[in-house]
Order: sequence, then structure tokens, then C-alpha cells
Amino acid sequence: MTGTLSLRRKATNAIMLSATGVCTLLAVGFLFFILGYLLLQGGKDLSLDFFTKLPVPESETGGGMANALAGSAKVLLLATLLGVPIGFLAGVYLAEYGAVGFSSVVRFVTDLLNGVPSIVMGIFVYTLIVLRMKHFSAFAGGVALGIMMIPIALRSTEEFLRAVPDSLREGAMALGASKWKTVATVVIPAAVRGILSGMMLNLARVAGETAPLLFTALGNFYWSPGWNQPIATLPVMIYNYAISPYADQHRQAWAAGFVLLALVLVVNITARSIVASGLHKAR
Amino acid sequence: MHKWTKFLPMLAALAFPVLGSAQVLINGAGATFPDPIYQKWFSDYHKAHPDVQINYQAIGSGGGIKQVTEGTVDFGATDGPMNDQQLAEFKTKRGGGVLHFPTVLGAVVPIYNVPGLPASGFNFTGEALAGIFMGTITKWNDPALAKANPGVKLPDADILVVHRSDGSGTTYCWTDYLSKVSPGWKSKVGNGASVNWPVGIGAKANPGVAGQVKNTSNSVGYVELIYAEQNKIPFGNVKNQSGVYVKPDLAGITAAAAGAAKDMPEDFRVSITNAPGKGAYPISTFTWLLIPEKFQDQAKAKVLKDFVKWALTAGQAMAEPLSYARLPKEVIAKEEKALAKVK
Amino acid sequence: MASSASRTENTRPRRVSRFLTRARGVEAVAHGVAFLAASTIVAITALLVFELWINSALSRHKFGWDFLFTSTWDPISGQFGALPFIFGTVVTSALALLISVPLGVGAAIFLAELAPPKISDALTFCIELLAAVPSVIYGLIGIFVLIPALQTIVPPLKSVFGFLPIFSGPFYGVSIFSAGIVLAVMVVPFIISVSREILLAVPRDLREAALALGATRWESTWDVVVPFAKTGIVGSIFLSLARALGETMAVTMVIGNTPRIQASLLAPGYSIAAVIANEFREAAGDLYTSSLIELGLVLFALTIVINGAARLLILATTGKAAS
Repeated sequence: MTGTLSLRRKATNAIMLSATGVCTLLAVGFLFFILGYLLLQGGKDLSLDFFTKLPVPESETGGGMANALAGSAKVLLLATLLGVPIGFLAGVYLAEYGAVGFSSVVRFVTDLLNGVPSIVMGIFVYTLIVLRMKHFSAFAGGVALGIMMIPIALRSTEEFLRAVPDSLREGAMALGASKWKTVATVVIPAAVRGILSGMMLNLARVAGETAPLLFTALGNFYWSPGWNQPIATLPVMIYNYAISPYADQHRQAWAAGFVLLALVLVVNITARSIVASGLHKAR
Repeated sequence: MHKWTKFLPMLAALAFPVLGSAQVLINGAGATFPDPIYQKWFSDYHKAHPDVQINYQAIGSGGGIKQVTEGTVDFGATDGPMNDQQLAEFKTKRGGGVLHFPTVLGAVVPIYNVPGLPASGFNFTGEALAGIFMGTITKWNDPALAKANPGVKLPDADILVVHRSDGSGTTYCWTDYLSKVSPGWKSKVGNGASVNWPVGIGAKANPGVAGQVKNTSNSVGYVELIYAEQNKIPFGNVKNQSGVYVKPDLAGITAAAAGAAKDMPEDFRVSITNAPGKGAYPISTFTWLLIPEKFQDQAKAKVLKDFVKWALTAGQAMAEPLSYARLPKEVIAKEEKALAKVK
Repeated sequence: MASSASRTENTRPRRVSRFLTRARGVEAVAHGVAFLAASTIVAITALLVFELWINSALSRHKFGWDFLFTSTWDPISGQFGALPFIFGTVVTSALALLISVPLGVGAAIFLAELAPPKISDALTFCIELLAAVPSVIYGLIGIFVLIPALQTIVPPLKSVFGFLPIFSGPFYGVSIFSAGIVLAVMVVPFIISVSREILLAVPRDLREAALALGATRWESTWDVVVPFAKTGIVGSIFLSLARALGETMAVTMVIGNTPRIQASLLAPGYSIAAVIANEFREAAGDLYTSSLIELGLVLFALTIVINGAARLLILATTGKAAS
């Protein structure tokens, strides 16, 4: 282990170890590059109009994306109302009630659903809802994103419920609480931070989805009242404006990209710090 | 299709009561070719009639035909008329028929981004365009281009072809023209809203092609005139039947429509590419709204008819500033009569 | 219990029994609701497969298996073959892995084995944020930053390596190559975070034994820890592959949308997801639409297989570490 051989091994050691460090720096560098670039481009182009005005025809400049911001909020609200309860309750089922055979079927199917490419989800909701209701609509967009939320909602619920120690359950049952009461008043509250953060991450993930909205929510140049009208959303607007030749639309695409990324990252960071602070308390 | 789906709208209606309001909301989708003027029209019309909101999504002519056939939008728009098979499909799916209403005229222009070439006045022949888009002409200094542009120093660079990736009336018009002037094109590629392109890259919609050409040196593409003008992308002249290189402009388009104006068929489905006449720009076309004959919602039918009337009268004045040509008077008169068929 | 109580007393037990049956009723309802939610997921997924299946019937019947092996995509003559899209999807994803695997595994090794826990956690946090960046934003950066950069970098390289078939032909900027790069950046965070977890799950004593025997840090990592975690790392790569295959927006924006099979990486191409995004809304004619839906079915099947393999591999390693 000494002499020339050792020198070569030492050199390999040093080179390879630094190479892994470089890999890490590169990966983290991508993030800061994207953040910085959007901050620079999008921040510069962001104005009050962006948040308050409707889009204008391409022969004019100016306008904003107020309707797309509201539209994204609306579609995401519906998606949450649909995806979170189903995923959450199914997660409770798997963690607390599940029969062995059926549970593994549900888990398998959830994995399948999670693997469905987002564009395929678009096709599905188009044939299921848009063609049959004869409308592109906020409703269809919300359903598409809602279904996409189910698998992660389920998984994070199940995971955090399973992390609750069995002693808690046993204690509650010993005190005479029924099963559902134990689950509702002891187990779920113990896991609520984790589940909440899981749902937030889930929401942030679908907030940036574009592909499923192309054939479902379509787009709208105006406010979209009710749930049966086509609706503008932020990611679709970014896509449409990015591929256009108009400098003014590029400017708006960057601003919208900045807003979208900021929202997604803020939700992400908040969600992760909720879990982290929960861990500290537990310690 | 399936019985249970009948309940879907009902369920949705129960769950999400639509805000009751007197506003008439109309949705349309289709061609990107007339999108600049349509957005202007719908925006101005909304300002004049705040109770009417017409949302037009420019997803391509193919999309206009498909979505109006499926009944997911109230009207469609296209710049390649529906063919007989598509009309039959519409009848099977929707019961009634669908009407074509020309709104304005426009030109499809060859755009290019080649360092060293003049920003205007570059000449293309129909054969050269067919050759470029078939991949038989691959260099900017090809003899066919040199012959059409005496005195212009042509670079020895690969031609990068940009075409549409979506179903497009602009493509329809372009390939309709190429099929007329090039037998090779007609047999190898053909004419339609989406074709099997021998070369080049696909970009989405008119804005996509304009954006791609603008960003790619040595590229060539085709878009509606206004997209070239608004984005300051150089566009070429095209040689017409009479052997004249015509600059695409209002006069050239109007000249191309002269024949069709006198001889417009009842259903307004007419091609004016490769039109005769010394001043005619050969890749011109009408662009149409596709409106179903039967509406379930009478309020929508009325509003849409009012809008078309407005577009055929007051709306025409907005055409020229956006580089679209006005409709000939004979065509407008004929359309106003045809509007009565919409119920 | 309730029945035995009711036998001994008269009024109170009845209340008790009523309470208990109600409690049992609530219990049953709670169980039932949770069960219903779980069943809904199965129903939705079944419906999804069903919709894709019946709506692609026209194309499946017309073309049969040929659909997968022919390469003409001609809406005018009604000929539809999926091969160019499958080719583009597979090649861009493979290219993405070629770039992202060394990068990702390297970074995972650094984060799991070398970096002090605090720094590792902070960097991992950043990398997980990278995974949260929406696809359309990658597309935006792709169009306005990556493509212009490639347009200046590639031509000089092409003049040197242009004789190789994989660098031949004119370069548009948008290409299989550009799509591969964008995808690589998009999947790197997944490889890193999953691989890191797997490396961290490798028992500590293995490392310590290797170090005690005189191995360098790198040797203990590369020769002992990584082989132990190999299956799991491959699983994480498969997971990323499944993501890359289904990725839509960013790819659509930079791939060039051309259904041709070409040897050159610099040539434009097309992926399954991209052609659906571009043409589905606009496909006039039932056969055309049906063919696009069948493409969706193919993509779904492809991701199922890859995802399944990934899960099995990851399970195999974490199971090994636990035993």
C-alpha cells in the first residue's frame, strides 16, 4: 500500500472525489442559472399591468395576464377539491383499513396512474369530458389536473400515517376509542404536518402542468365565468407566447414564467419547512 | 355513446351553477392566418357590445374544422375550405350542415432569414418554392434562385425549411398553390391542411413559423403577410401565371380575387391560388368562418349573425391597416343573403 | 357485548346499544368512504385505459401491429405509422440519460458519501427545487437560451466533426440533440435524489470495513458502496427514463417537430408526446385522431413497463439493505 501505487491511488481518489463535487456544482448551478435568468428577464418585464389587465390582440402591445392568473387559480382549486379528498381518503384506507389483496391492487393502480404521461391525461379528459359535454372548460382542466394529483395525495397520506407510531393507536384504542375515532382524532392529527406539506408539493407540481390543459381548458382572452367556459391558464399562456414571433409576447412570457416559478418555489419551500419544523418539534 | 355520460353535464351544472348573467359568451377556434384581425374584431366588438364576448382561440384551421365538427366550439375558422368528406362527416356528427363565410382576403408569403440577402424584392418562382420544400433545392445559391434574382449575390448556405406542425389553412393554401404549379409536388406531396413534408422542421401555427424563421439563419418558411410585416421578417415576391414577380400586398391580393368575385359558388368554397391577371399575387386566399346552420341556443345564433354582419360592413375597414384585403362587394352581398340560413 | 348487556338491564342498556350500533354505523361509514375513495382510483384508471382503447379502435383495426413499425405519417393519404415518434422518443431519452446519469450519479455520490450532512442537506434541497421547475419553463429557457447558444457553438464543431453521420446535415438549432440536453437537465434531479437515498441506505459498516482495510475514500465508495447500491441506482435511472419518455412541453418546444428517422443527432425529430401536443386538437378526421390516441396508448404502455422495472429494481436494493 505504499510507493508509486499508493501515489496513483491517491491521485485517482482526489480526481474522482473532486469530479463528484463538480457534478454537484453543475446540478445546483442549473437551478441558480434558471432562477437568475428568470429573475433578470421576467423581473425586468413584470409590471402592475401584468396582474391587472387582460391580454390584447397581437396587433397591439401591452395588456397583461390577469385572467390567466385567475384561471390558473380556479383550475387548481377544482383540481385540489377533486384530487386531494380522493387521494387522502384512499391513503387513509391503505394505511388504516386496507385488506391485503385489495390494497396491493390499489397501490399498483396508483403507480400506474402516477406514470400516465401528462399529455395522455389530456387525451383522456378530452374524450371523456370535452367531447361529451361539448365544451372546452375550466371544469375539464380541473378534472385533468385533479386526477394527476390523486397518486401523490394518496402516497403522502399513506406514508405519513404509517410513520405515526402504533403505540399511539393502541393507546387510543385502549382508552375505548373506536377505530375511526382513533384515526380521526389521534392518527391523522399526528401526521397532519406531513400530509399538508405533501399536498402543497402536489399542488405546486400540477400548477406548472401545461400539456393536460391544451385540450381541456384551451384558453380564453377574457374572464371565464362559471365552470363551463374555456379558461386561460398561466402555463398555456407561457407556451403560446413563447413560440410566437412577437417581442411583446416574449416579454410577457418571461414575466409569466417568473411569476409561475416564484409561486411554485415559494409553495415548495413553505411545504418543506413545515415538515422540517415538525421534525424539530418532535425531537 | 354511453348512457351514463348524459349525466355529466347535469352533474357539472349542479355542482357549479353558472353565474346568471345576460352576457352571451361565444367560443370559436381555428385558423391563425386571420388571427390578428379576428382578435382585433372580437376585441373591438366586445368594447362596442359589452354583453357579447367572443373568445377566439387560434389553434390552426385543422383545429377549427375538427372542433366545430365535434361541436366543442360554437364556430370554427379556416383558410382552406372543408372538403366534401369533411362536410359529410359534419352532417353525420351534427345533424345539420355547416356554412362557409369569407371574412377577408390574405396572402401567404415566403419569408426568409438569410444574412446578405436583400430585405425585400427577392424573387421566387413557383417551381423554386416547390423544389425548396421538396428538398431538391438545398442551397441558397441554387441556379434556380440565381436565375430569378440576377445581380443578387447568393450565399453558399444550406436552406433550412420551416413548415407547419399543425393542421393549417395556411399550409392548405401553400400546398394548393405548389400542387398547381409543380406536377412533382402534386404527385409526391399533394394538397391539404397537414401534409407529409419531405424536408424541414415543423413549427406550431403562423406565429410559430414566423418565430422559428426569425430565430434561424438561412431559413425559409411561409406565413400570412401580416406576421411577416409585424415582425419585420423579409418576404419575397412570387412569379404569377403571367410571368410577373408580384410583391404580396393589398393590390396583388385584390387582383387575385377579381375572378372569384364575379363567379363565387353558392357555398363560397373557392380557391384563388395561381389566379390569372398580371397583378395577381398567386398565393392568395379567402379566409372563412365556419358556422353551423342550426344552433340550439338562439341567442348565440343571433349574436353571431349580428357579428358577421358587422364584420362584413364596419369590420372591413379594419382589414387594410392589418394587411388583409377587403372582400369584393359582390361577395359581401351574397354572404348577407346566406346569413339567413343560420338558425 | 351489546346483546348481553341488554339482557341484564332495561332502559340504560338500550341507550348503550343504540350508541354502539350508531358507533358501528359510523365506523362502517368511515371504512366505506375510505374504501370508496380507493375504489375510485381503480375505476378512474380503468376508465382511462378503456377510453384510450376504444378511441384508438379505428387505427388499431386499420393498421394492426404495422402501426408500430411503419414510418409514414401522411394525413392526406391516411397512412399513419408510429416509428419516427417512437424513434425520437427513445433517442432523445437515451441521449438525456447519457448526459444525466454520470452527472447525477456523481452528484449523488458526493452528497451521500462526501459532503458533510448539513451541506449535503442544503444542496439536496436545491436539487429538489430544480425538480419542481415546471416543464414549460425549461421550454422557455430552451428556446431563448439553449438554442441560440447551440446555434453559435455547433457550426464550428460541425466543420470539424461533420463527416460523422451523427453530426451530418444542416443544423436548425431545434433538434434531437437540443431536446436531449433539455431532458437531461430535467431528469438530473430525480437521479440525484433517488440515488442519494439509496446510497444512504447502504449499511455504514461496509464502508468502514473497506476503509479499515486501507482503501481510499473513492475506492470504498466505488468498489464497495456503489456495487451494493447498483440495482437501486439503475432503478432510479429507469424512473428518470419514464419521466423523460412522457415529457411533453419542453421537448415540443425544442425538438423540431419532424417525423423522420435520421442518423444525425443534429437533425430535427419528433417525440410521441410532442406530436400529440401539436396535432391532437387539430387532427381533422377520425382515423387521424384515432392514430394519435393510439400513440398515447403506446406511450402509456412504454412508461408502464419502464416504471414497473424501476420499482422492482429499487425494491430489490432497499430490501437487500434492510435484510
